[in-house]
Amino acid sequence: MPILVNGTSVPAPADPRVSLLDLLREELQLTGSKKGCNQGACGACTVLVDGERVLSCLTLAVQAEGRSVTTIEGLVVEGAMHPLQQAFIEHDGFQCGYCTPGQICSAVGMIEEFRRGLPSHVTVELADNPNELTRDELTERMSGNLCRCGAHNGIVDAILATYTQAEAAE
Amino acid sequence: MIEFTYARASDPSHALLLGAADGARYLGGGTNLVDLMRETVEQPRELVDVSGLPGTIEETAQGGLRIGAAVRNTALAEHPLVRRHYPLLARAILSGASAQIRNMATVGGNLLQRTRCTYFYDEDGSRCNKRQPGQGCDAIEGFNRGHAILGASPACVTVHPSDMCVALAALGATVHVEGAEGPRAIAFGDFHLLPGDTPNVETSLQPGELITAIELPPLPLAANSTYRKVRDRASYAFALVSVAAALRVEDGKVADVRIALGGVAHKPWRAAEAELALIGGPASESAFRAAADAELAAAKPLSQNAFKIELAARTITATLLQLAGDAA
Repeated sequence: MPILVNGTSVPAPADPRVSLLDLLREELQLTGSKKGCNQGACGACTVLVDGERVLSCLTLAVQAEGRSVTTIEGLVVEGAMHPLQQAFIEHDGFQCGYCTPGQICSAVGMIEEFRRGLPSHVTVELADNPNELTRDELTERMSGNLCRCGAHNGIVDAILATYTQAEAAE
Repeated sequence: MIEFTYARASDPSHALLLGAADGARYLGGGTNLVDLMRETVEQPRELVDVSGLPGTIEETAQGGLRIGAAVRNTALAEHPLVRRHYPLLARAILSGASAQIRNMATVGGNLLQRTRCTYFYDEDGSRCNKRQPGQGCDAIEGFNRGHAILGASPACVTVHPSDMCVALAALGATVHVEGAEGPRAIAFGDFHLLPGDTPNVETSLQPGELITAIELPPLPLAANSTYRKVRDRASYAFALVSVAAALRVEDGKVADVRIALGGVAHKPWRAAEAELALIGGPASESAFRAAADAELAAAKPLSQNAFKIELAARTITATLLQLAGDAA
């Protein structure tokens, strides 16, 4: 079974040791996804598999057979940046940029989790769906993505601007 | 990572067939096993991927819940019945790892995750009886700030890393497994083992046995329950100490209580001494603290973790006070 990467069908590697991250970067030259720690501690390799944010460094590529993988490159539609990408620029959401693709893919998965009602560690009432993406909710939900430059405040601003202000305008 | 073969199991019997091979290991989300394989601490010759086996959450005839082993951690924490009837379980899961890892990790795999002791991971430079039986333990005289205060042995002083399992210990869950001899059920308290002389043997699973489901008993008490985790940073860190607790107070007395501790022992630690001390007594801060002290009377600190004893006592007390609310 092939793997669907950003809408393109690619064969799974013959060697099961190849991680999804290495398949993306080394075989497909999709170098947006980054290898930070390669042990599930930093989030720089975050991609979406069937719409769910996961760590591509701890996913064997063969596990993604028959699934749909979206990377940062796949968030661009017809040359136009994803709204989050634009917001990261406007809110200084990065310095070196190494964690940025993982941050953005993670935020795309995060907002879907929030909208369908998934609670978080800081949600007060578990039985009710959380209804406001507060700063506390956001930082908890994004805690799997580390930025060692210290751009976290800009990152939070960019995500809040994209999702809470856009939703308030709807 | 050494070479291995990979196969996807189509159903549990197919998995058992493949899993019976020498050197075979079951693969769930891979969040721990793949990492350990990269470090060559784990060296399976065959991976049997069971993450695609049916993973459903169903109510049992008794009024509990049966959770398929392949259910993802996120899905379990998100389930409305878990949030309503077993909030300590939802909160324990949501306090563990990161959102990405919770999306990947399976319930069965969570039970089988291995310790994060740095000496266990350091295959090149450290001694570890869990990794290499008989080699010795570098944690006993080394960096042991995060290690055990209860149930440790001269062979191993590390702790179980799971949050979810602490809630399951408090709930008295049942682990359903299947093997060559057929299916069997294991009480949660008997599933994980204390280190003793064989810290490499971590569970009561037999070779080739597969976890198929976790069953939660009906437990009305658990509607008033929570999970409190103390760690070095606010999110995405393992527990120094954690407490899963459920409490029912009637007329100012403790009518029923469940308590389990994380971050303190080689297995999720059911605080039976504390429960016994509390039942029938007053629901007061001094009684909660006395029960915590009774549980921790057997605690033995290492060179760097004596703080965990007081931290555990205070966390137990605070968690029970929170659950008692106005009744305390």
